[in-house]
Amino acid sequence: MTARSDSGLPARSADGPAPGHKGRHGGIGSPAPAERLEVAVGARLREFDLGAGFTVGPGQRLAVVGPSGAGKTTLLRLIAGLARPDRGRIAIGSRPVFDRGLGIDLPPEHRRCGYLPQDYALFPEMSAWRNVAYGLRVGGRTTRRARAAEILARFGAERLADVRPGGLSGGERQRIALARTLAAEPRVLLFDEPLAALDPATRNESMRQLDLALSQSGGPAVIVTHSFDEAAVLADRIAVLDRGRIAQAGSPAELSARPGSRFVADFTGAVVLDGEVAGTDGGLTVVAVDGGGMLRSVDRASGTVAVSTFPWEISLEAPGNAPRDSALNRLTGTVTSVTAIGNRARIGLAVPQPVTAEITGRSAEALEIRPGVRVTAAWKATATRLIARGPHDPYRP
Amino acid sequence: MSLGSWFGRVAFLALGLTLLFLTLPTVAIFTDTSPGRLLDALGEPVVLDALWLSLKTTVIAVVVIVAVGTPAAYLVARREFRGRSVTLTLIELPLVMPPAVAGIALLAAFGPHGIFGPWINDAGIELVLQTAGVVVALIFVAAPFYLRQAVAAFASLDRGRLEASRTLGAGPFRTFVRIAIPEARPGLSSGLALAWGRALGEFGATLMFAGSLQGVTQTAPLAIFSRFSDPDGFTAALAISAVLIAVAALILLSVKLFGADRALDRTGP
Repeated sequence: MTARSDSGLPARSADGPAPGHKGRHGGIGSPAPAERLEVAVGARLREFDLGAGFTVGPGQRLAVVGPSGAGKTTLLRLIAGLARPDRGRIAIGSRPVFDRGLGIDLPPEHRRCGYLPQDYALFPEMSAWRNVAYGLRVGGRTTRRARAAEILARFGAERLADVRPGGLSGGERQRIALARTLAAEPRVLLFDEPLAALDPATRNESMRQLDLALSQSGGPAVIVTHSFDEAAVLADRIAVLDRGRIAQAGSPAELSARPGSRFVADFTGAVVLDGEVAGTDGGLTVVAVDGGGMLRSVDRASGTVAVSTFPWEISLEAPGNAPRDSALNRLTGTVTSVTAIGNRARIGLAVPQPVTAEITGRSAEALEIRPGVRVTAAWKATATRLIARGPHDPYRP
Repeated sequence: MSLGSWFGRVAFLALGLTLLFLTLPTVAIFTDTSPGRLLDALGEPVVLDALWLSLKTTVIAVVVIVAVGTPAAYLVARREFRGRSVTLTLIELPLVMPPAVAGIALLAAFGPHGIFGPWINDAGIELVLQTAGVVVALIFVAAPFYLRQAVAAFASLDRGRLEASRTLGAGPFRTFVRIAIPEARPGLSSGLALAWGRALGEFGATLMFAGSLQGVTQTAPLAIFSRFSDPDGFTAALAISAVLIAVAALILLSVKLFGADRALDRTGP
């Protein structure tokens, strides 16, 4: 089957498939050239108007967070070509895939977006390897089978090659879906709530698989999630979408420390720190935090981890004082920002990794907190979560 | 429900009567005459011609219905457009049309004096009193049975998987062939069985539109009627009926086997 016979490509997009399209017929396995994703679109939804603009560079990961019904999934569908914007422009690399003004609207099969829907949408009547091979357009059965097996192996799922989706667990389905998405050599990755369909027990492993998929693609990625800590672990930038608008965008630490609105403050719960498990102590896992300091957690983990807690779990005290409570975790740093939210205050610290504490306005005054002052952040081991992280990620500093 | 209660016994009796009434005529076809005489009657040219013609015309009609009806049903099922429900109603109209009305309607449209009659004549096509006319009549009455099932089957498909196929690089046609048809197969198969069964039994519209010429337009049901009108033909009528029943049962069985559960049986690549 040729790629063109069934294209349905409208005549008006005379510039044909976007660059890189022909490349897939040449070298299978060669990654798509890293391109930038530019989005500036608007679409009327039932209850509000969706309007969003952002740019994601090659290898960068943007997380889109927000409450349900904020337009997150629609945004991904607009980029993938599964829904049509009313206005604006979407470009992957130098060529637009959608441009209202120029009348360009490439169908999904010519956009090469690796769209992973929430329920994975695996093909139930095909075995795992056939699912993975679906996006491969070249080669005979033997070549395709070999190529599918190779990609499945990357996700540690080669033994599942002949199993149909009906016989797979949630975590296994996710691996097959990721393998299928990457097999088509997408130029952009679009993940919709990739962990929502999984039970918490497999969450860490799945997070690792996602990380793997993201770093292997090398292209820009947009990840929709409703959980701030997932966003902080998987992405390097977060856009908060509320009723169709990007309420705020920035690094996880920036959003947490300086929430632009009450909504963002409530939403950007978790503080996330990078570290490495150093051992155990009295049943607690001890983590050496990058940049200095030791933290303890009741969670079990090994290797590289993300340590997470919530700003309201953290109390601040003057450094050097005798500990006032049972909190086991203490990190001293410099205040970088103070943001008042009602009668509370969000305090941004550099320990040197960014940490956000939320304390009452009264204790902020009592401690005379202002940028430049040194304070100690303290919280309990029971309020400290550990999230396993993928091994090496070249796109993360 | 306990069979010991008085109502249980009544219900049991009702089921017995139902089964008896529905199966007795079928059994009678095979037992009214001796099997030897039935087989002899099958050798009559009238009978052979009718069965062969029925097989030929119904297969052609079903192939046309499936070839044209499948993409048409897919469009109606998967696209939102103005006039969609009107389209659905128009498709289903022949279902509730009495066969005699269907025959008159076909004559009024494609008959020598019908709306399209002159054009069809100019194109060198003859329908009335021709085998092609039988096929036209069969398609007209049987197509809605397939279309209805196909629309329902395509409409219940998961949108996400069709979209996944597109984002993986497959165009609309490949998505239709590789994803939509395999997933809709149980519905498509049962629609095919219904349409074929209906075509095999078609009587009124064929008689009115195409006539009843032996070997040309006299299909099995028409031959049954024709032999039955003949004082000596009752055995032949029974023989044709027996074959039709066997064929109908076979269609029903094979389609059920092929359509419903093959997806579960297939394992591995």
